[in-house]
Amino acid sequence: MSLKEQWIALMTIVRKEIKRFMRIWTQTLVPPVITITLYFVIFGNLIGKRIGTMSGVSYMEFVVPGLIMMAVITSSYTNVVSSFFGAKFQRYVEEILVSPMPNYIILMGFVLGGVARGLGVGFIVTVVALFFTDMEIYSYPVTIGIVVITSVFFSMAGFVNAVYANTFDDISIVPTFLLTPLIYLGGVFYSIDLLPDFWADVSKINPILYIVNAFRYGVLGITDINVGWAFTMVGIFTIGAFLYSLHLLNSGKRLRM
Amino acid sequence: MTTALSIQQLTKIYGNGFEALKGIDLEVEQGDFFALLGPNGAGKSTSIGIISSLVNKTGGKVEIFGKSIDTDFSAAKKELGIVPQEFNFPNFEPVFDILVNQAGYYGLPRTVAIERAETYLRKLDLWDKRFEASRHLSGGMKRRLMIARALIHQPRLLILDEPTAGVDIEMRRSMWSFLRELNEQGTTIILTTHYLEEAESLCRNIAIIDHGKIVRNSSMKTLLSQLHKEVLILDIETPIQTAPQLEGFSCELADEHSLEVEVAKEQSVNELFSLLTAAGIKVTSMRNKSNRLEELFVSLVKANAA
Ligand SMILES: Nc1ncnc2c1ncn2[C@@H]1O[C@H](COP(=O)(O)OP(=O)(O)O)[C@@H](O)[C@H]1O
Ligand SMILES: [Mg+2]
Repeated sequence: MSLKEQWIALMTIVRKEIKRFMRIWTQTLVPPVITITLYFVIFGNLIGKRIGTMSGVSYMEFVVPGLIMMAVITSSYTNVVSSFFGAKFQRYVEEILVSPMPNYIILMGFVLGGVARGLGVGFIVTVVALFFTDMEIYSYPVTIGIVVITSVFFSMAGFVNAVYANTFDDISIVPTFLLTPLIYLGGVFYSIDLLPDFWADVSKINPILYIVNAFRYGVLGITDINVGWAFTMVGIFTIGAFLYSLHLLNSGKRLRM
Repeated sequence: MTTALSIQQLTKIYGNGFEALKGIDLEVEQGDFFALLGPNGAGKSTSIGIISSLVNKTGGKVEIFGKSIDTDFSAAKKELGIVPQEFNFPNFEPVFDILVNQAGYYGLPRTVAIERAETYLRKLDLWDKRFEASRHLSGGMKRRLMIARALIHQPRLLILDEPTAGVDIEMRRSMWSFLRELNEQGTTIILTTHYLEEAESLCRNIAIIDHGKIVRNSSMKTLLSQLHKEVLILDIETPIQTAPQLEGFSCELADEHSLEVEVAKEQSVNELFSLLTAAGIKVTSMRNKSNRLEELFVSLVKANAA
């Protein structure tokens, strides 16, 4: 396929993916906004007032960046895992598999769909957050850079999950048993300085800790960990996920009999 | 002459160890209308799956218009349109969008995609349904939508896997005439079927597949001419108790009102009737005992199993 044809194929998938989550917006865009708004009200506003400050800022200010990232992560992941698994389950993934499209275009198409939903939800949640607190962005390049790369990574993770999944249960296991705990323990709600040394060190093997801290640094200029290191980590994870996803597509594992 | 499809020594062992294809060789010339005939489980869909890269082959080579599906993947796939055995639509997607998206996957610009979608929807009598979600279509409409989708990038080779399974007679006839016309305009067509009349009425060349092996590959004419015997059923006016002795013909009494007579290809039916007349037997009507092709098919499959 020529570059132009590849571009058309890519945009076809991306358009279709965006149309999909827009069509079912009550299932895709509304729930994370409601959940995160509840967090803002309860943790930020009600309980947060009693907590006082965390890492030198009000608890509301502290918790907002983590909650935005939480919405971005789950939305990106969920979009790709449900869309690609749906395609497999209803077999219309075959429409794509019989086409002359190279595998990296297929992957990029679904990933960009996940990124679109992740960033879309992230944007709405940020707008909602502005009703609760003022946000001045400390560093735009860091803030935007980490959101985009995170959303790319979790979209690819969702893709891998979808390739391996055989049932609808299989696409909720990872989010429930892995993603949610990692997010909750990833410094969304507290600074790891509060933890005993041992648990603070254990927390450092959680990639979400780096993501949340890098984003919080972008917004507030405060962090528990080194931001350059955070980018390196997420970058390596993302390249790894890309290569692995591509390998799955190339080998045809669980897609081509 | 250009070869549209060339398959060499194709083998497939599924993950569970089942050997579905045991070394298939097949050549289909450009412009041909070709039947791949075989009983259920023979390996038809597996072969097509490999050609369309939905199934990974275990061994062998496949070329579409000289382009290898391994080394010249994109070019090979552009030549091929595929109508799978089972429906594989996005259920909630409207008919029109399904076609436009499929065109997009092949890299066709959107304006071209929209024009072609209209052309094929009209040709296949689905234009009125263009805004319907695919799950609201009837079985026959879904089949036609699959054909439209397979043609949207105007492939030179169209492969249909049991396209008329579950389609009513009227629709089947109109699908046949659509395919005939397409073939006359130059598209090479391969179809699989276990419906013999379909192969006989549409196809010029035929391969018979059974248990993952090609057991016969020839032109339809040659195949039919090799059928040297037919059994005629003769209904007779006056009941008789024993079969008459007819010189040169083997003859059995099916019941007291009908005779079954074997007629070899070189024998004349006139002769049969003179003998019957001489024996004082009056025939009121006559028919073929069964489809000849069917008999041949059964005998080939039996021979392969033995
Ligand atoms: N995914 C699979 N795993 C294991 N065996 C399979 C698979 N798909 C098909 N088979 C077996 O391979 C044989 C050929 O199947 P298939 O190609 O679908 O036959 P046909 O299309 O001629 O009816 C059958 O015995 C079938 O049970
Ligand atoms: Mg089949």
